[in-house]
Amino acid sequence: MNSSQFAEPAGPPEVRRLETMLLIRAYEERLVALQRGGAPGTCTSVGQEACAVGVVDALDGRDRILTNHRSAGHLLARGADPGRLLAEVLGRVDGYCAGRSGSLHISAAEIGVVLTSTIVGGELSMAPGVALAQHLGRGEPGGIVAVFFGDGAACEGIFHESLNLAVQWRLPLLFVCENNQWQAFVHRRETMADDAIGRWAEGHGLPAARVDGNDVEAVHAAAREAVALIRADGGPRFLELVTYRRRGHFEPDDQAYVDPAELAAWAARDPIDLQRARLLEQRLADAARLEAIEARVARRIEAAAAFAEASPWPAPDTLTDHVYA
Amino acid sequence: MSTTRLTLEQALHLALHQALRRDPDVLLLGEGVATKHRDWVAEFGAERVRNTPLAEAIIAGTAVGAAASGLRPVIDLLFAPFMAYAMDALVNSAGKLRYLSGGQFSFPLVALGMSGSGWGLGAQHNHNLEAMLVHAPGLKVVMPSEPADCIGLLRSAVADDNPIIFLMDIGLLQREGDVPDDPNHAVPLGRAAVRRSGDDLTLVTYGKTVGVCLDAAAALADRGISAEVIDLRTLKPLDEAAVLGSVRRTGRLIAVHEASGLCGLAAELAALAATRAFDALRAPVVRLTGPDAPAAASWVLEQAAVPTPEAVVEAAAALF
Repeated sequence: MNSSQFAEPAGPPEVRRLETMLLIRAYEERLVALQRGGAPGTCTSVGQEACAVGVVDALDGRDRILTNHRSAGHLLARGADPGRLLAEVLGRVDGYCAGRSGSLHISAAEIGVVLTSTIVGGELSMAPGVALAQHLGRGEPGGIVAVFFGDGAACEGIFHESLNLAVQWRLPLLFVCENNQWQAFVHRRETMADDAIGRWAEGHGLPAARVDGNDVEAVHAAAREAVALIRADGGPRFLELVTYRRRGHFEPDDQAYVDPAELAAWAARDPIDLQRARLLEQRLADAARLEAIEARVARRIEAAAAFAEASPWPAPDTLTDHVYA
Repeated sequence: MSTTRLTLEQALHLALHQALRRDPDVLLLGEGVATKHRDWVAEFGAERVRNTPLAEAIIAGTAVGAAASGLRPVIDLLFAPFMAYAMDALVNSAGKLRYLSGGQFSFPLVALGMSGSGWGLGAQHNHNLEAMLVHAPGLKVVMPSEPADCIGLLRSAVADDNPIIFLMDIGLLQREGDVPDDPNHAVPLGRAAVRRSGDDLTLVTYGKTVGVCLDAAAALADRGISAEVIDLRTLKPLDEAAVLGSVRRTGRLIAVHEASGLCGLAAELAALAATRAFDALRAPVVRLTGPDAPAAASWVLEQAAVPTPEAVVEAAAALF
């Protein structure tokens, strides 16, 4: 089984983007439920769905994506099968990485999601090399590379090394910083003298746009513009998406360290609620349509979970497969 | 077969030049590679021979990303201790992401580093950290002892689809040797070389201490002790068959290297003999290694840390 039995989301792109955000939310809520039932913990991106959907929807099949431990949104927005993702999280053979990755380093070369690193900043270290290969004609003609990371990674030294090299070598690379205000268990306020990461990018001579990361249409518009500029001149661009990590660093996490007022303020700006309201207001969808979409997403996640739970465990004698080429 | 006399450093440059010429996917990246090889920039283009910032983490990370995307980068990290800055890319990315991705990606890259005593540089340039790298899954580790092997091993390393750490012993860089003129000369990875045959004792070593052991073997011959000298050449994968075959025949093993002893290659060789050739051993296995101390800059202190032919002879004589 795979998700191809489900019709691709149809209709106006704004409606598709809502459906993809709903899929990410439902998928991660299932991850939380599975964890409570004893499955391995995961890093969710609840509240950040607009970042993944807005940017990935501005890319096309020629492009490559590098992501990190909070990757479900990027993978699902790119068209990953939620059943194979869940199978990977559960450590089963049908996972994208044959159960070797778990949730933290899922890559899926077949959909262009390459070299996921859970070492904060690891994706930034590898992205210029992927973009260099693209620049030297090893990728698909016209393709670019997008790398997703957070404000935590921006505080790593490799962030500056990566930006500097991409500018100096003029690489076709889109840096996407999801500034979600949390760096594991420490608020960004405690770790940065500045409060905007885009300014650091500008210091490297890299044009940066700062966008409301909870507004999927604003993210999408900024990403489309940045991608078009990269395709036009081959040089890098930077997007800072201002958002908020609504759940803990890792499941389970009681978030006792989080200011409830701040959390509530961001919850009131939920990216899915904002898009739902926009669609209704602009008459791009009616309530019945939205209900049907939510039901379809729910069925898809049910089927994905059933598929993952039915997937076999890897055979122990395959333990050392894939270590060496 | 015709040969040419080259130093190890000249051999390395010849090997890099051949690699760039042989395969358009090969890149050379590093601090100063374009400065030092203007002629290669002219021949292969500035896209393929690139100076980098003096920033090992991004040099190595870029190589990892490029290697997974259809290129075969060779990176010059200069001195082996500088690899400490590149460890995330080498160990966490290149060494692990093939496995963690279920085999979706390969990382055909070579990271060059110099190490070892001889220049009095002190421990932040002279650190034989090869065992750390051997311990990292997914990496292969190579350390030639002579110019011909440098060319042959680099050729195999560049052609290999795994990430390879290629270490050059500082003390050997200006040492000359005969190098085959055949541009197809290759030495397979994972294959040790017997540098001197013997029947009474096996000396297993690599890099600069191959010469130390050969000097010791010559001195031992004068005492009527026939010592075999095995040059590992590749530290991982380790040529276990070559070591075991020799030890089973001689019954005695001395493992010698400049790197410190604790959990080093010599410890692994001792374990190999103890677990798989115990019945053939006629004497305890001996390790002669550097101390658990950073390398000093002072010539006298630097050299005091290095195994000498005299120490090998003394240790060998005690086994009979």
